[in-house]
Amino acid sequence: MNALLAQAPEEMTRGEVLANDPLWLVLLKVVLLFGFGVLMTLFMIVWERKVVARMQHRSGPNRVGPGGWLQSLADGIKLAFAEEIIPANADKKVYFIAPVISAATAFATFSVIPFAPQVEIFGHTTYLQLIDIPVGVLVVLAASAIGVYGIVLGGWASGSPYPLLGSLRSAAQVISYEIAMGLSLVAVILYAQSLSTGDIVDAQVDGWFAFLLLPSFVIFLISIVGETNRAPFDLPEAESELVGGFHTEYSSLKFALFFLAEYVMIVSLSAFTVTLFLGGYMAPWPLSMIGDGMLNEGWWPFLWFVLKCLVIMFLFIWLRGTLPRFRYDQFMRLGWKVLIPVNLAWIVLIAGIRAIRTDAEVTTNQILIFGGAVIAVIVLLSLLIPEKPAPADDDRVPVTGGDYPVPPLDLEVPKKPKRRTVTGSGGRSSNSEIGTEGRKEADDNGNV
Amino acid sequence: MPMLEAEPAAAATDVWHFAQEAGVTSSVETYLPLVLLLALSTGFALFSVVIAPLVGPKRYNSAKVEPYECGIEASPQPVVGGGRIPVKFYLTGMLFILFDIEMVFLYPYAVAADSIGLFGFVAVTIFIVAITVPYVYEWARGGLEWD
Repeated sequence: MNALLAQAPEEMTRGEVLANDPLWLVLLKVVLLFGFGVLMTLFMIVWERKVVARMQHRSGPNRVGPGGWLQSLADGIKLAFAEEIIPANADKKVYFIAPVISAATAFATFSVIPFAPQVEIFGHTTYLQLIDIPVGVLVVLAASAIGVYGIVLGGWASGSPYPLLGSLRSAAQVISYEIAMGLSLVAVILYAQSLSTGDIVDAQVDGWFAFLLLPSFVIFLISIVGETNRAPFDLPEAESELVGGFHTEYSSLKFALFFLAEYVMIVSLSAFTVTLFLGGYMAPWPLSMIGDGMLNEGWWPFLWFVLKCLVIMFLFIWLRGTLPRFRYDQFMRLGWKVLIPVNLAWIVLIAGIRAIRTDAEVTTNQILIFGGAVIAVIVLLSLLIPEKPAPADDDRVPVTGGDYPVPPLDLEVPKKPKRRTVTGSGGRSSNSEIGTEGRKEADDNGNV
Repeated sequence: MPMLEAEPAAAATDVWHFAQEAGVTSSVETYLPLVLLLALSTGFALFSVVIAPLVGPKRYNSAKVEPYECGIEASPQPVVGGGRIPVKFYLTGMLFILFDIEMVFLYPYAVAADSIGLFGFVAVTIFIVAITVPYVYEWARGGLEWD
């Protein structure tokens, strides 16, 4: 059996290769993943501050370390030595456990992300991925859903109105956008025919799902911003309304843990987006042609993966730098009344096309021609519909109600007096002329 | 023995056989690295929570431990232990469960879509319509409005 495996190592599936990892390699990967999360968080906080500063014509943090890049590390150390305040009203146990839940689950998301295909680590061939399980996508959804517990419990246990409101909003927001996010995954799963993240990346050899499933990609991007409570959807921590949101009453390292969880979530969901829609670790198109896919082997894919992640992370920062915050009702309307129905219709459409194509032996061209014909007919029919006449506004009600006198709305606006150029001594006379004209007009109106 | 030869084909419909053909190797060991990662991150978080009060200064001030209300005296809102929460959030929660179940049922369909073809598509469309009816009802009743 062993000889057989040694003869054909390529035929082992991803999961089998990963299951054969010795314990030291597993531990190394665990530590590296954790370090990756923390490092990316530290990097992203400074990067975000710098980019937003540039967008606002400031220079941002530039004192601590070379170019200010150690700013977030300094902030972290400062938070560790800050005084810890526990509010008198707090429910102590839950108050302590909430940030732990948030931070611990955020890291779990990384476990199923494939960072690179087969690489050699100290003479041992393996995939740069912690686990490849048949339900990989569900692990990410589960981890992000359990993270909500941290936020809700933290806000509730603080014993203070603002955090409670913030946590409730956050919970409603995350569960609303989780549906949109989950539904946009259905399209990806449909095309990859698998829930395993490794298989999803493999399925994108011919084309990234971002192009093939553009609506799903857009909905997914919007909903991960909602899912991570980031601007413009940062309603749970809207400073102008709720002070700091769910972590108002948190201080020192507990606050830092919430902060860490938020940024780790951003990084891991960016990585998840790259995995699902942007071809994972595969080199982007012109680069993948170089040297027979030379750049798709060894450690190169890791570089592409990180670069793609940075692009998505930059998108998060860009959104924060440019868009104002949504109002809560607008936000919920977008989630429930736009994203979910559009998503469902899109799923039915592509599932239908796929089912017809596989079962009824209809080619894609025929479907496209038929679909085009249907759309053309609809457009032509819409041209036949007569245009609605503009609604008559005879029955417009005066704006001020009650017994107040309302001026007639069809009142003619008095003509503007012609402005005369002031010539020499005529300054006073021209003034008086305007005055008399105005008075005359008023008299006319009064007579009418 | 023709009967015995026919048997593997019949067994192919068996779920486990199907799973093995698809290369699914699932056992407790498969999840061990995930547990290790969770243990490391939980350990780190617990360490931070425990170490914070030990290394930080302690300067007690009664104003610090009051609920944050911008400096004014806290409004009496016993949120912990019997406070009231707007009913809207429960409605959203209920609707979430409805759609989450729909989502969870769509995943297995999506994985197996190519093998069940048109029949599966019709079945899943009926299912989606069945979920859409209460959704439209709630929309019409104004359950999705936040004022």
